[in-house]
Amino acid sequence: MTRERIVNAFLWLALLVVPLAAAQMGQPYIVSLATKVVILALAATGLNLALGLGGMVSFGHAAFFGVGGYAAGILMNHATTGAALPFGLSGTNQMIALWLAALVASGLAALVIGALSLRTSGVYFIMITLAFAQMFYYFAISWPAYGGEDGLSLFVRSQFLGVNTFDPLNFFLICFALLSLALLLSATLARSRFGIALQATRQNPQRVEALGIRPYRLRLTAFVISGMITGLAGALYADLNRFVSPAMLDWHLSGEIIVFVILGGMGRLMGPIAGAALFIVMEHKLGGISEYWKALLGLLLLGVVLFARGGIIGLLAGKLRHV
Amino acid sequence: MSAMLLIEQALNGLQLGVMLFLMAAGLTLVFGVMGLINLAHGSLYMVGAFACAVVAAHTGSYLLGLAAALAAAAAAGALVEIVVIRRLYDRDHLDQVLATFALILVFSEGTRYLFGSLPLYLNVPAALSGPVMLPGGIAYPAFRLAIIAIGLAVALGLFWLIARTRLGIRIRAGESDRQMIAALGVDIRRLYTIVFALGAALAGLAGALVGTLQSVEVGMGEPVLILAFVVIVIGGIGSIKGALVGAILVGVTDTMGRFLLPQIFATFMDPSRATGVGSALASMLIYILMAVVLILRPQGLFGARA
Amino acid sequence: MRKLLMTAAAVMLATGAAAEGVKVGMITTLSGGGAGLGIDVRDGFQLALQMAGDSDVELVIADDQQQPDVAVQLADRMIQSDQVDVLTGIIWSNLAMAVVPAAVAQGKIYLSPNAGPSALAGAQCNENYFNVAWQNDNLHEAAGAHANEAGYGSMFILAPNYPAGTDALTGFKRFYEGEITQELYTTVGQTDYASEIAQIRASGADAVFFFLPGGMGISFMKQYADSGVEIPLIGPAFSFSQDILGAVGDAALGVINTSQWSKDLDNPANQAFVENFVEAYGRLPSLYASQGFDTANLLLSAMEKADISDQAAFRAALKEADFDSTRGEFRFGNNNHPIQNIYVREVIMEDGVLTNRIVGTALTDHQDAYAADCPLP
Repeated sequence: MTRERIVNAFLWLALLVVPLAAAQMGQPYIVSLATKVVILALAATGLNLALGLGGMVSFGHAAFFGVGGYAAGILMNHATTGAALPFGLSGTNQMIALWLAALVASGLAALVIGALSLRTSGVYFIMITLAFAQMFYYFAISWPAYGGEDGLSLFVRSQFLGVNTFDPLNFFLICFALLSLALLLSATLARSRFGIALQATRQNPQRVEALGIRPYRLRLTAFVISGMITGLAGALYADLNRFVSPAMLDWHLSGEIIVFVILGGMGRLMGPIAGAALFIVMEHKLGGISEYWKALLGLLLLGVVLFARGGIIGLLAGKLRHV
Repeated sequence: MSAMLLIEQALNGLQLGVMLFLMAAGLTLVFGVMGLINLAHGSLYMVGAFACAVVAAHTGSYLLGLAAALAAAAAAGALVEIVVIRRLYDRDHLDQVLATFALILVFSEGTRYLFGSLPLYLNVPAALSGPVMLPGGIAYPAFRLAIIAIGLAVALGLFWLIARTRLGIRIRAGESDRQMIAALGVDIRRLYTIVFALGAALAGLAGALVGTLQSVEVGMGEPVLILAFVVIVIGGIGSIKGALVGAILVGVTDTMGRFLLPQIFATFMDPSRATGVGSALASMLIYILMAVVLILRPQGLFGARA
Repeated sequence: MRKLLMTAAAVMLATGAAAEGVKVGMITTLSGGGAGLGIDVRDGFQLALQMAGDSDVELVIADDQQQPDVAVQLADRMIQSDQVDVLTGIIWSNLAMAVVPAAVAQGKIYLSPNAGPSALAGAQCNENYFNVAWQNDNLHEAAGAHANEAGYGSMFILAPNYPAGTDALTGFKRFYEGEITQELYTTVGQTDYASEIAQIRASGADAVFFFLPGGMGISFMKQYADSGVEIPLIGPAFSFSQDILGAVGDAALGVINTSQWSKDLDNPANQAFVENFVEAYGRLPSLYASQGFDTANLLLSAMEKADISDQAAFRAALKEADFDSTRGEFRFGNNNHPIQNIYVREVIMEDGVLTNRIVGTALTDHQDAYAADCPLP
C-alpha cells in the first residue's frame, strides 16, 4: 500500500464520514457544505483529466459546468411549467434523465470547443478556451427566455428512484456516489493505454507522433470526457442550489476550478477533492474572522504555491510515483 | 447615420484601442521576456488609478497624480516581483496563474481596507475638459484626444526603447534565449525586475487615464485584464507591434460592433429584439474575433512561430 | 456562588417571560464593487436598532459577495443552522430571485430593503414577502411621468442589457407618452460610453433617460459631461445616490433623478435619521441607508404588536406597517409592496458636498403595475 493510496483512502472516508456524523448531530448545514465540496470536487476531477493527465490548461471549463447546469435547469423548468420543448421533447424531473441531458450537452460543447481550440497550444490554448467560455457567458446573460442575468429559479429538487431527495443527507449520498464513480473512471483511465498515451502526449508530443499515435485525437477525447464530467457536476450544482444563472459560466469559476486542482495536487487522483475541500472550508471559516477574508485566502494560496509544491497531496504523500 | 457619427465612432475605437495597448504592452513584455502569465496586472492598473486619485485630490495637480500613478504602480510591481514572482520563473504556467490569482485577492481586499468600498473621485483636469472642434465639424472630447496622443507617444517610446537602447537589446535577447544572456553576464534578476516594473508602470498609467474617464473602484482592473489578454493573444505574445495592432483592432471592432450591430439587426427584426440580439452579439464579438484569429493563425498575428 | 446562580436563573426566567426576541439573518453585499449599497443598508438597519435602545433583535450578518450561489448557501445556513426567524438584506434582484422564493416557501418571513423584482410583486407574490423599498419599476415609471410633465417630446433611453435594465426601460415607457427616439442597450459592466454618447449627440432628442447603476453610471456621467453634449439627463436615484455622487463630481450637477426618499424630506423621523446617521458614521446617508433603517423599524413595530411564534399575527402586524418611516406615511399594497410618493430631485452642491434636493413630485400614492396579478387580498 503506497503512501498515496493510504492518503487517498483516508480522504475519501473522511469526506463520507463527516457529513454522516453531522447529520446524526443535527447539523444539516454541514451536510449541504459537504455536498458543495463534493460537487465542486467532481467538476475539478473533470478538469484534472484534461489538465493533470493531458496537460491541457483549460481556462474555460466553467462553460461545461454552466452548460450542464442549464441543460438540467431548462428541463426542470419545463417540467414545472409544462411548456413544450423543440423536437417534441418534454421537461423532466428525473435525475437520471437530467444527468444524461447534461452529459450529452456538455459533451457536445466540449467536442466543438475542443476541436477548434486544440489546434493551438500553450497560452493560446488557455486564452481560446477562455474566449469560448466568455461567449457562452454573454449569451446566457442576454437570453431572456431563461432569466438572463437574473438566472432561473428551480423550485423543486429533482427525483431519484423514489428516494426523498429533499433530505440533505440523501442528496449528499447521491452526489458522493457519482463522485466516487468519476474517481474510479479517472483512475482506470490513467492506468489504461489511453491514459498512458495521453500522459506521454503531455510530456513529449513529438515522440508520440513519431510512434504513430495522433496527439490531437487523444487530447480531444480526453477533453470531451473531461467536459462531460464537469457538465454533470454543473447539473448537480443546479439541483443543490435550486437555481441556475450565468454566474456558473463566469471565468472566475473557471479560475476557481483550476485553483482546486492545483491546490490539491495536479494529476493526483484525490487532488481535486483535497483542493476543493480546503478551499471551501477556508472560505467558510475565514469569513468569520474578518471582512477582508479574501486577502487572507490569497495569502494562504500564495503560501501553498510558493512552499508546498505538488499541492496538498504532494505534501501528504510525496512525489508522484508510477506504480 | 451620418459620416460624422461614423468618424466619431472610429475615433472612439482608436481611443479604446490605445488604452488597451497601454495595458497589453506591459503584459506582453512580461510574458515575452519572462515567460510569466501575470493575472495581477489588473491589480497594478488599479493601484495606478488609486494613486492618481489620492494624489490629485491631495495636491490639486493632475500631473502630479499621473506621476504618482507611474511611481506607485512601478514600485508595487517591483515589490511583487522581488517578493513573489521571482520564485515562479522556473515553475509551471499553472503555478504562476495560481500565485498571481492569489495576488489579485490580496491587492483587492488590501485596497478596500485602505480606501473603503466606495468609488473615489478623479476627474478630468480643467485644461483638458470639454470638447475640441475637429475639422469636419466634429466635437470630440479633448481628454480622449489626449489619451490617443499619450498612448501613441508611449508606443513610439517603447519601440525606440526596444530597438535602440541597451535595455531593449537585452529584452529582445531575453525573449529569444534566457539562459544565454545570463551566461553572457547580463544580470538577469535586475533585468526582470526592471521589465516587470516597466510593465507595471504602463498598467498604472492606463489605470490613471481610464480612471479619470470612468470610475476608480476596487476590481476595476478585472474586465480590462481579460481584454488585455485577448489583445496580446490576437497580436501575438511578446510582440509590442502585435500589442498595438491587436489593441486597435479590438478597440475598433468592439466600438463599431456595439454601434452597428443593433442597427444592422433592426433592418430585418423588430426594434426591441434587434437591440437585444445585437447587444448580445456585440458583447461576444471580440471573443469571436480572437477565436477566428487563433484558428486561422494559432500563434497570433505577429507572434513567433512555435 | 449559589446566590449568583439563583439570580442568573431568575433573570433568565424573567426575560423568558417577556416577548420572545426575533433572530434576523441579513444577507447583503459587503465586499467587491457593489459593497457600498450593502454597507449602507446594514448601517441604516443597525442604526435603527441602536436608536430603539434595548431591542430583542439578534442580528446575524453575512456577505453574499454579489454571487447568487453564495446567497443561496448563506440562506440555507441561516435557516437550518442559525435558525433565524426573519431574513433580509439582499440588494440585487438576481440574488433575491435565487433566495426569496425558497425561503418564503419554507415559512420564513423576508423583508426586502432593496431588490424589488416584478416576479415577486405579481404572480409569485407571497404573504411572507414584504418589500420595504419599492418595486423595481417604480423609480423608472416616475421618470417617465416627470418627462411628460417637463415637456420632453422625444427621449433617448438607455440601460444595460440584463433584466433590471430591460425592466427599467419598460417601466419608463409605461408612463412616458412622447416619442422614443432611440432605445439602446449597453453591455453589463461596460465602462466606455463614447459610442453611446456619440449616438445621443446625433439623435437630437429632447432629453436622455438612463439606468446605469454603480460604476457604469459614474463612467457614463463623467464622459457625458466631458463630451459637450447639452441634452439634459434624467435617471432613477440609483445613479445619483449619496455614495456615488462624490465619485462623479461636478459632472452630476443639475441632473434630475427620481427617488422615493431624499434627505430633505420634511418629517421628524427623517430628520432624526439623517442627524443620527451623520453622527454615527461620519457621512450622509443614501436612499439605501434609509431603506435599511425603515426595514428595521418596520420589524420593531411588528414586534411590539405580535409575537414571532404566532406567524399569522406577526404577518398582520407587519402588513399594518404602523411605524414612523423616513418617508412619512407608509403603507403596503395588497402585494406587500409600498404605495408611496416618488419625488423628483436635483443634484446640488451644499456646504461643499454634492447631494440631492427635492424639486417636485412625479407620482403620488403610486402603486406598482403588478399588484393586480398578485392573488393576495
